[in-house]
Amino acid sequence: MSQPALLRLSKVSKRYGTVQANHDIDLEVHSGSIHAVLGENGAGKSTLMKLIYGVEQPDSGHIYWNGQEVHLARPSDAQALGIGMVFQHFSLFETLSVVQNVSLMIPGKPAELAQQIADLGDQFGLSVDPHAMVHRLSVGERQRVEIIRCLLLNPKLLILDEPTSVLPPQSVRRLFETLRKLQAEGMAILFISHKLDEIRELCDTASVLRGGEVTGRVDPREHDARSLAQLMIGREMPNVAHAAPRPPGEERLRLNALSHPRASRFGTTLEGIDLKLRSGEIVGIAGISGNGQQELAALISGETRAQEPGMIEIMGKKVGHLGPMARRKLGFAFVPEERLGRGAVPEMSLADNSLLTAHSRNMLSRGFIRRSVERAFTRECIEAFDVRTPGPDAEAGAMSGGNLQKFILGREIMLNPDVMLVSQPTWGVDIGAATAIRRRLLEMRDQGCAILVISEEMDELFEMCSKLHVLHKGHLSPALDAADTTPQEIGRYMIGAAT
Amino acid sequence: MKLRLIRRDSASRIAMFTAPVLALVLTCLASLILFAALGKDAGAALHALLLKPFLSWYSFSEVLLKMAPLLLIAQGLAIGFRANVFNIGAEGQFIVGALCASALPVYYPDGDFPMMLPAMIAFGALGGTVYALIAAALRTRFGASEILVTLMLALIAVQILNYLLLGPWKDPRGFNFPQTVMFPDNAMLPILFDGTRTNISLLFALLASVFAYLMMQHHFRGYQLRTAGLAPRAALYAGFSAPRMVWLGLGLGGLAAGIAGASEVAGPLGQLQRSVTSGYGYAAIIVAYVGGLNPLGIIASSFLISVIYIGGDSATVSAGLPVAAVEVFQGLLLFFYLLTFTLIRFRIEFDRKVPA
Repeated sequence: MSQPALLRLSKVSKRYGTVQANHDIDLEVHSGSIHAVLGENGAGKSTLMKLIYGVEQPDSGHIYWNGQEVHLARPSDAQALGIGMVFQHFSLFETLSVVQNVSLMIPGKPAELAQQIADLGDQFGLSVDPHAMVHRLSVGERQRVEIIRCLLLNPKLLILDEPTSVLPPQSVRRLFETLRKLQAEGMAILFISHKLDEIRELCDTASVLRGGEVTGRVDPREHDARSLAQLMIGREMPNVAHAAPRPPGEERLRLNALSHPRASRFGTTLEGIDLKLRSGEIVGIAGISGNGQQELAALISGETRAQEPGMIEIMGKKVGHLGPMARRKLGFAFVPEERLGRGAVPEMSLADNSLLTAHSRNMLSRGFIRRSVERAFTRECIEAFDVRTPGPDAEAGAMSGGNLQKFILGREIMLNPDVMLVSQPTWGVDIGAATAIRRRLLEMRDQGCAILVISEEMDELFEMCSKLHVLHKGHLSPALDAADTTPQEIGRYMIGAAT
Repeated sequence: MKLRLIRRDSASRIAMFTAPVLALVLTCLASLILFAALGKDAGAALHALLLKPFLSWYSFSEVLLKMAPLLLIAQGLAIGFRANVFNIGAEGQFIVGALCASALPVYYPDGDFPMMLPAMIAFGALGGTVYALIAAALRTRFGASEILVTLMLALIAVQILNYLLLGPWKDPRGFNFPQTVMFPDNAMLPILFDGTRTNISLLFALLASVFAYLMMQHHFRGYQLRTAGLAPRAALYAGFSAPRMVWLGLGLGGLAAGIAGASEVAGPLGQLQRSVTSGYGYAAIIVAYVGGLNPLGIIASSFLISVIYIGGDSATVSAGLPVAAVEVFQGLLLFFYLLTFTLIRFRIEFDRKVPA
């Protein structure tokens, strides 16, 4: 190629303390190309993007823009060159309107900006009402606002960090159309993802990252998902073929017209939620988080008390008025979506974190803590669930997300629950650990446990669940048979197009 | 070169012991400069502050006398602090404890009340507890901040004390001084060492330390309190009752302060007088934090602070140091302690940048 690459990285390295986040990364991005950066959680994708966007500076190596070496000390340097970035977690003020949010970053009169927003929306299929308040917008619309805000700075390179992880399938289609239009205009796009099918569909080049290094540069259209995954995790994908579930047994969890008013302006009111969960089955609740998932999980676990005892039944008993400890005594266990600070106390050792919910497992003698039992339990959990840690004395706060999740899940499973609620089981967990976690849940099911899974990952739900519900704006869809439904149908419920 | 704080895998045991020592050394250095700037003989001032208390048996026994209420109150407060229940008004509970205990000798000045001393201690304990639980009730019922409520209740307690001493409880033969009658012998705590003022309240404090140690380090109740303090949402997740933590944290703090107040009037004072508001309740907050909120650490810190109290008294006399300078010394100690305390959980890394 005669023309120099728009962006070129040469032997870029970055380390944090003892962790080598990026090592000798070489990367070339050309105008008019959609370039995928593919890798598991922790492979160094986010660090690399921070280096390109000037949030962090490399320890060594060079960055070239149109063939000229550049030093990006801060994001505004990158923006001045023409680099725009849409972060995974949006940075919009919920209490302001779209145009107000945009004008915080872009100079110009509100009326003119509103016109520009509308124009860009028409041109690239990014329609959004400039005067709408952000807290009323759907996730897809918020993402469009973020993209528009970047486009108003006339970037030549647009970075998108896991843009599809929060979107329902229909919105993903729309986003892809927009990105193809931008590509046709000659823009370069860096698309960060771990979703192989999307990358194969959209991108013309892919750089695969593993352990902070580039392990492959391929044309994703010429590889199947299996070989891409192998590049990404460095070994064969584990085969996920599960035994079919046996017919479910007796009812263990039941929600009867569960309604609950929201606790704050940004919470979600739950309305008339009905659900049945039986022994030996896994039921999934799909939906984009922020539609009442947190509220529902807290009501089922007892962290929030229901308005009436009869709204929630565990093992046939009315428990709406009971706290978490009383519900655990009935055989309930819960893995929350936040690990640090909720599922575990960061400053405490793993052994002391076992005590948090497993104290009923013979760990107390007249209220005094039996350290030997506590440690033995913890050691067993570490071994049985492949938790990578120096031992029971390691502090929870020093562990990686995936390892801590394995520990918390292990602790709850070791309680031998009859009913289990698992919220976002594989958020921020690498593929290896995620596969192990799903296998464990299926084993639990086969042993007769009733499991309710709340997740944003549709693939995960289809892999494990026999029945699916969708939570949208505090309403729960009727139960859909996982064998009869499709991701598209689930997607329609996720955006409220079906009820 | 940049300085970074890196979180340790687990709290450093070495740093746990070196942090207080380092804080003491830094405090001494800073106060040497300060005292010299005041034009005082800095060496003599430090000598008086830190060494004199050990140079005679009597001054050492005075250290132990001071240590008793500080240790007792700090152990009670630390239990609440670890659960994020901030009882700042132990001074008020201390005063109310002293008031309640004094009621018996005031109304039975001849000592003809059975079990006078145990009853006084019980009254003091009850008074301090109930006074602290007012804040617990307001916090759990209305969400009122216990920091403000306990502090304001302390101010009210001082006014109740003034009213009683200037009015109904004033000693009719006391030349109009605002103080009660001298207590009868059976209302006084037994002396621990002959020839000193150190009384058995020191044993109460040590007993409380053992109790606090067992509860906070080895009992499930203490674990619940610690969890509530470190990660309130984890406590909620586990189902530990948050209101119960508030009642317990404030109640035990008030109990300890109440007993300390009763011991003060039944000990060195021998009557209820205005000087009972000597600031033990506030100083105990420092003691609790300098001790790392750890029951064993608090034994050491209460001893250290008592040394500085007694040493401060002698420094104002022998080295001519103003009282404020002694208070600055205490403030510096807390400041440097909190600074060095960071090293227990974090280590410092020097980040050498490659020159661009």
